[in-house]
Amino acid sequence: MEGSREKEQIKFEDALARLETIVRQLESGELDLEEALAKFEEGIGLVKICNKKLETAEKKIETLLRGEKGDFVLKTLEGKDEKGR
Amino acid sequence: MFKRIYEVREITSYLKNLLEGDTHLANVWVKGEVSNLKQSPSGHIYFTLKDRCSCLPCVCFRSRHKLLNFIPQDGVTVVARGYISLFEKCGTCQLYVEELQPSGTGELYIAFEKLKNKLDEEGLFDEKHKRKIPFLPRRIGIVTSPTGAAIRDILSVISRRFPNTELVLVPVQVQGEDASEEIAEGINLLNCYGKVDVIIIARGGGSLEEIWPFNTETVARSIFNSKIPVISAVGHETDHTIADFVADFRAATPSAAAEIAVPRKEELVKLIQGLSERLNAAVKLCVSSKREKLDAVAARRVFTKPEGSLNSVKQQVDALYAQLQRSVQRYLKERFWEVRTAAGKMHALSPLAVLSRGYAVCRFEKNRKIIRNYQEVSPGTLVEVVLNKGLLNCRVESRRRSIFSGRQQGEGTDKI
Repeated sequence: MEGSREKEQIKFEDALARLETIVRQLESGELDLEEALAKFEEGIGLVKICNKKLETAEKKIETLLRGEKGDFVLKTLEGKDEKGR
Repeated sequence: MFKRIYEVREITSYLKNLLEGDTHLANVWVKGEVSNLKQSPSGHIYFTLKDRCSCLPCVCFRSRHKLLNFIPQDGVTVVARGYISLFEKCGTCQLYVEELQPSGTGELYIAFEKLKNKLDEEGLFDEKHKRKIPFLPRRIGIVTSPTGAAIRDILSVISRRFPNTELVLVPVQVQGEDASEEIAEGINLLNCYGKVDVIIIARGGGSLEEIWPFNTETVARSIFNSKIPVISAVGHETDHTIADFVADFRAATPSAAAEIAVPRKEELVKLIQGLSERLNAAVKLCVSSKREKLDAVAARRVFTKPEGSLNSVKQQVDALYAQLQRSVQRYLKERFWEVRTAAGKMHALSPLAVLSRGYAVCRFEKNRKIIRNYQEVSPGTLVEVVLNKGLLNCRVESRRRSIFSGRQQGEGTDKI
């Protein structure tokens, strides 16, 4: 879905800040039921996004070198090469 | 011609003002060999800086030389920074030393100061140019020596704080002639590559010469031109480099840079877990409080016993009806008494009532006109006398003025 992909583009800290706001709003008890449920749903989505963001990266060290033609060469420590540009 | 003769102190004071008013002399670097070094009991240091043909007396006050990281000795070539003024007591012009470096590093130091001032004036250090260090970088670029202590420290901190971080290392020399070019190129390369969110440039501590590549204009400009935020981590806490001033964040050490670059993962996991729990609890509370409200409304009598409320309405109607009845009755009673009073009054005024008390009305027979005066009639006139009951047809026999009965003597019928 385009929408959810767009949502995942949100920065971790922005997602976290939004989540904190939502929790505070819900805790205030001032929302009506429809709003509360919508916020809850959004909050759950944000929790997933945050957790995903914490886990997506792998532990990986690569070295970046300038290639001969001005392009660049990425080498992982296992020796796999990935050419760019 | 008379010429003004000055006091000595007027001349020295004038000279002193002249020297101190000169902006070039207010902050100068002077290189020379130290000679005649003396420390006075008060703690001030006096010496002379000389070269092949000249010498310049210097003084370094106690308050100042405590700040120096170098105490000069006779015969050593130094670079001194300070201002030139006149010592009025001796009339000598001298350098008031504020900073002192051994000649070799001293020259580097001058170069450092010059470049720092130049770039500062250009605005390369301005806060407004500082990019924000991302909170959670997807990938971190590191420009440093692949074999140095810096990369080791960075890796150890990152694997402790956030093990699953992707790192892109650009291996460069961090000292020596080519180092500054390589470092600058490394920053450019990462910008071309583009997939890192933050760049750390790092090296371990060293002498001023060793960390010199980080004090070059080449590196400074590549940091300034970087689209990606740069954290500089050069040497130890006390070493400041030009790179530190231009960078978006200055970390005291490579380890500190790694701490700035990545957050502590377990803290974030805990934070999100906590928020998630609060989210769940809050929505449950919210839903249950709405439910309570709903229950409270549903429990109202009008919903549980709707006939109860009808009864009360009925009661109200009854009460109003009774009240209405009472009001109408009272109204009628009052009106009745009013009518009765009025009727009584009318009765009292009725001519019939007068007749019933024994009075009679006398009137002409011909036109029924009531006779009020004896002079209206004459003997022989036919009159009617209306009684309470019935009517008499009479003929006037005589008339008189006096109404009292009995024919009193001497009263003629027509006499008044």
